[in-house]
Amino acid sequence: MLLVGLPLLGLIFRTPWARIGEVLTSDTVLTALRLSLLVATSAAAISFVLGFPLAWMLVRSTFPGKTFVRALVVLPLVMPPVVAGVGLSAAFGRRGIVGSWLYDWFGIQLTFTTGAAVLAATFVSFPLAVLALEAGLRGLDERLEDAASTLGASRWYVMRRVTLPLMAPQIAAALVLSWARALGEFGATITFAGNLQGRTQTLPLAVFERLQTDQDAAFAISMLLIAIAFAVIIGLRGRFLR
Amino acid sequence: MTLSVDVAARRGGFEVRAAFEAEAGETVALLGPNGSGKSTLVLAIAGLLRPSEGTIALDGEVLDGEGGHVPPERRPIGVVFQDLLLFPHLSAVENVAFGLRARGIDAAEARARARAALERLGLDDRADARPRDLSGGEAQRVALARALIGEPALLLLDEPLSALDVGTRVEVRELAREQLRGFPGVRVVVTHDAVEASALADRLILLEHGRVTQVGSPEEIRTAPRSRYAADFVGVNAFQGRLDRLADGAGRLVGPGAEVVVPWPENFPGGEAIALLRPGDVTLSLEAPQGSARNVFEGPVTWIAIEGERARVRVASVPPLVAEITVGSVQRLGLREGVQVWASFKAMEVQVLPR
Repeated sequence: MLLVGLPLLGLIFRTPWARIGEVLTSDTVLTALRLSLLVATSAAAISFVLGFPLAWMLVRSTFPGKTFVRALVVLPLVMPPVVAGVGLSAAFGRRGIVGSWLYDWFGIQLTFTTGAAVLAATFVSFPLAVLALEAGLRGLDERLEDAASTLGASRWYVMRRVTLPLMAPQIAAALVLSWARALGEFGATITFAGNLQGRTQTLPLAVFERLQTDQDAAFAISMLLIAIAFAVIIGLRGRFLR
Repeated sequence: MTLSVDVAARRGGFEVRAAFEAEAGETVALLGPNGSGKSTLVLAIAGLLRPSEGTIALDGEVLDGEGGHVPPERRPIGVVFQDLLLFPHLSAVENVAFGLRARGIDAAEARARARAALERLGLDDRADARPRDLSGGEAQRVALARALIGEPALLLLDEPLSALDVGTRVEVRELAREQLRGFPGVRVVVTHDAVEASALADRLILLEHGRVTQVGSPEEIRTAPRSRYAADFVGVNAFQGRLDRLADGAGRLVGPGAEVVVPWPENFPGGEAIALLRPGDVTLSLEAPQGSARNVFEGPVTWIAIEGERARVRVASVPPLVAEITVGSVQRLGLREGVQVWASFKAMEVQVLPR
């Protein structure tokens, strides 16, 4: 309790409540907020779109190396985010194994772009989406899908009218969890995407930078992130956790 | 229109091999104990399980066989599943409309037709209820309406009564009979319950350990059983006759030379009826019983068959009865052929069906 409570209490005390409105509406903070929302939302969307087929394969099919794939999927959860950033650089950086190819052939350079920030956030939030979707698929009575197909429903129709609606709680959980994780992402982002205002500087990165120059601002932004975290918890509790 | 099945299907290391035919206008029951392969056959006919060999054809069209495999969504087959499998997130009317919507009929028309179907089943006021708020009988009717809305050529009922409590069972069985009678196509009922099978079907196909062991009318199997399971039919005591109402609300079935007191079936107008009684519900004693049983008959034991812990005893009373008791009881009562006994059973144990 103390472990969780004391830092929270400290933050509440140190937050410059008198100046909070002014700090939070400053250009740099608003830019970082907008960027954070964009990055987190994109990462959650990508995690869902890529995570659903993967969760499907993990639950419904058997293929060689399935255990290995499952281990690989959860790896970003236990991997230090900095290492994730280094790994992403080694793959997609200017001299990375894919990055150099992208640069030579298409002139695309990911590093230090918003795309890199999205990629870093997706990397760390993807496993949460897959795990939530996997649980949803596992909890689904497949015989309901069978019943639907005997009623003349094509595979796509079954997916749209039966599978997805029945998984709605887990889909929402997948989106919220991966969104929240992406919003808080720091290590992989700063390592791989850098800390450029307006392009890769998300809220956590802004907190880190401000802590060295303007502590009041750092505390104010931290309070904002905590408020968002609380909103997520309350939203989850009401609908999915119970 | 004919359903012809001649397949081998494998599921979880268990193989079913069965060949049979069913004609439009007759009700065929696939009857067998649990684990006999009934469900595997249901899945194969519905197209949800691909047979490992053989042919399934409906009305001349090959659904499984040389020509390949027709997927379930393109088979003209309506299935009522064992636990109904209504879609929990859709209302009753949306469940019924599902098959029409899936085939591309627009929402308004599908809804109107589904609503009309529910109305015919007396469920118009339950149309917007979710499956979890429906009673057992209501849910059964919704499932039936959902299976029939696409006007299939074959209606497949998988254990239609097993999920219901005893009270609802009688109601739904009557409903299932009516629905089956009114359905013009091929009708197949899958069940492990001999009473249910003989109540619903014109012809029985006995399935044991993945093989067909006997085919015939309930009457034929009752009189000439060819296996242990078929012999259970011998044990299903059946009485036929005219059913009259007694003063206390029960019924009296008067057949050739015998009278049996039975419960009065709901909404029964009076007339010819058939009554079925499980042998396990018949009690044997050496003295006239003092209990509350309203049906008491006396006669000599003519036959005893012992299998494991259970014994079947045939008593030449009027009407003749078969009782199933434990081997311990046989010894305690000193039963053997020729011993005079009293056979009794409660009116409540008898299941009555209109003829």
